[in-house]
Amino acid sequence: MTDQETGTKTIKSNSQTIGLLTSFKQLASFREFILLLVIIAFTIVMTLASPIFFTRLNIEAILLALSVEATIAVGMVILLISGGLDLSVGSTLAFVGVVTGLALSAGLGTVLSILLGLIAALSVGLLNGTLVAKLKINPFITTLGTMITIRGLLLILAKGRAVLNLPKSFTVIGQGRLYGIQFPIFILLILVVSGDLLLRNSRFFRQSYYIGGNENAARLSGINVDLVKIFNYCLVAVLAGVAGLMITARFGSSSLTVGTGIELRVITACIIGGASLSGGEGSVLGAFLGALFMGMLANALNLLGVDVYYQSFITGLILILAVVFDVLNERRKASRR
Amino acid sequence: MEYILRAENISKSFPGVQAVDDVSFGLRRGEILALVGENGAGKSTLVQILCGVQRSEAGDFFLEDRPMTFFSAYDALNAGISMVFQELSLVDGISIAENIFANRQPVGRLNNIKWRELRRKTQELLHRFNLDLEPTTLVKRLPMGTQQVLEILKAISTDPKILILDEPTSSLTEAEIIDLFENIRNLQQEGMSFIYITHKLGEVFQLADRVMVMRDGQYVGTRKLEDVTEDDLVAMMVGREINDMYGDTIHAAASQEEYFQVDKFARKGVFQDIHFGLQRGEILGLAGLVGAGRTELARSIFGIDPKDSGSIILEGKAIEINKPQEAIDQGIAYLTEDRKGQGLFLDMSILENLIAPVLKEFTNRFGFLVRSNINNDVANRIEQFDIATPSASQKLLNLSGGNQQKAMIAMWMGIDPKVIIFDEPTRGVDVGARSEIYHKLRELAEAGTGIIMISSDLPELIGICDRILVIYQGQITGEVTRESFSEELIMAYAAGIKNRKLH
Repeated sequence: MTDQETGTKTIKSNSQTIGLLTSFKQLASFREFILLLVIIAFTIVMTLASPIFFTRLNIEAILLALSVEATIAVGMVILLISGGLDLSVGSTLAFVGVVTGLALSAGLGTVLSILLGLIAALSVGLLNGTLVAKLKINPFITTLGTMITIRGLLLILAKGRAVLNLPKSFTVIGQGRLYGIQFPIFILLILVVSGDLLLRNSRFFRQSYYIGGNENAARLSGINVDLVKIFNYCLVAVLAGVAGLMITARFGSSSLTVGTGIELRVITACIIGGASLSGGEGSVLGAFLGALFMGMLANALNLLGVDVYYQSFITGLILILAVVFDVLNERRKASRR
Repeated sequence: MEYILRAENISKSFPGVQAVDDVSFGLRRGEILALVGENGAGKSTLVQILCGVQRSEAGDFFLEDRPMTFFSAYDALNAGISMVFQELSLVDGISIAENIFANRQPVGRLNNIKWRELRRKTQELLHRFNLDLEPTTLVKRLPMGTQQVLEILKAISTDPKILILDEPTSSLTEAEIIDLFENIRNLQQEGMSFIYITHKLGEVFQLADRVMVMRDGQYVGTRKLEDVTEDDLVAMMVGREINDMYGDTIHAAASQEEYFQVDKFARKGVFQDIHFGLQRGEILGLAGLVGAGRTELARSIFGIDPKDSGSIILEGKAIEINKPQEAIDQGIAYLTEDRKGQGLFLDMSILENLIAPVLKEFTNRFGFLVRSNINNDVANRIEQFDIATPSASQKLLNLSGGNQQKAMIAMWMGIDPKVIIFDEPTRGVDVGARSEIYHKLRELAEAGTGIIMISSDLPELIGICDRILVIYQGQITGEVTRESFSEELIMAYAAGIKNRKLH
């Protein structure tokens, strides 16, 4: 037997004994897994620190508070993966609330009003998607433009006043319960689970990874790049619309200023969850865990009586930490090649 | 012999250029047809038409005698023509399996991906190419050479009748190239036909059955390999004979004194114990395999990357270099191998590029640039280095590879360097412009500048250098002077078979 053969044998048997360790290492290379560990650790610490934290009421409060952000994050992370970006989701959210609110006040039925609201969202998505995919305008600039325009449009539509006193048949969406759990939480969980499954397993949704990773190569592989891009902008807009419906129903009125700044919080959640602004990376589960972590943090700071001003400060720091962690991790792996 | 693919009178023009001009040719079943020509000869455009990426304006082509029209690369793929593109088209963040079967993952009724089948198909393909890789490994964890091989697997996974390869070896190591060639020959045995684009004529003779030459968008001719020599091919490519490729190679050193010395250079895991000197007017080659540490050494000398230890002596004085600016101040120029990525500002004009390293010299005491001085100086350098351009305001993007390379030389000559380190001076440069670059280098050397030249092209090093150092795994294993230059000897040092320290 030659030296080389013995060498390979040793490596093989070694690899069997350290199999468990390597599979752990593989797991640890997934952002979702690390985030989950952090969230569990955080929960344990907080449960010890505050008797209220790990109670059903508080958990429900956390989920309810993050349902809006997390719903949009499902669409946003898919868009980010395909190399896109949407800053107009906050405006779209408010826009849908106003359109639906006005329709309800005008006496149109609940279903029709909701439908109108979602069509309004879809048209924002179509506009964004077409400008980005067909005219090749930078997504940041495109959606910055629509963000301002749509916010203006809804002010014009509502003549500067909130739409109040929405009917019970509508507000039940935001306030009703099923099996004792509030509707928005249900909607959120359904969206996260189905979104994650689709993005992991459906060929259509997986096209976004190729487009974000290398757009030209995606085209050469026969992927209809423009179609997928437009679809993704529509998806995030419609999900922003769903979030807008939930929040409007919860408050019983269409606010004109709701959703300001939410786009940045959603993008932050996606990036903490492993997405990258240059595309090609990320997952729905990661984005949800990112949003969950941010929500738990805000909740914990409240419970501990920390000044509300610190929340923004700490969330920002965590975003930077997550990105620095990524960069260092990649560098370590690259140097090992 | 039967033709699997025939092209008749294919033409395609872009604004201002006739890229492909009335080209007809045939590809025989089961052959490897090499396609050679200078940059801009129209090779890439021609094969892009064949594989549906570009559409021709005139002409027809026939696949197994059936006329074909492709509207997209996907159509061509379905018809059995697959192409490996020069640039990597892989997605970093996803697995090997999904990259190979991009958008062709086996799916079930719900459009859901069948992961197990995908993994199995990938495993089969990897086995066939003797790659010991896990289908689920993310592509970003793989070295460059492996990624290049995956690119080829991706093209082969469609089971094409014809495979087109566009310079597949440019980022591969010698060992990887040998593997690749063996795989190509195996696929040829199975009946696959190949069009193989390359700049390396050596590969043509190693691999191809026939070779087709293009020049200025036109078909020049096709020859059987046994009927043709390397010189014939060069003459066909350039349209004239290049008698004096490297210029005057007999160099009389102004003095034997080594005015530039690198002493005890080391960086852990990259290079160790590097010691050499350079004479005035000398062209010193650094040979070695890809990954031997030559570029890393140059980057450390120039202060881009850190070093663990080592010192530099220039004209009798020890100098300390920790960042590029300090190297420039001392009169050392480094011309990177990555011209497009790191060497030039492609989106900017020639003028702006040429003044980039010497902005200080054209600034008056109020901090403003003095336009008139700049215009004169730039005009002089454009003329001195024969950069073919309509004006100094032309963007570099619009120049050929050879002219970009000349612009990079002109840019660095602005600092009036005492030492030039030139990394892969002719990568992506065609034969004609290559010869001009060699002559420029020789002129600079004759004016007393020492040049350190890194190249993976052995004939080039042998042609132009006065002395060659060979690096293997971060150490200098051999030093060869012009009298004893031979490819075999240098390769033996470069592959670690021979080591000067051992005898």
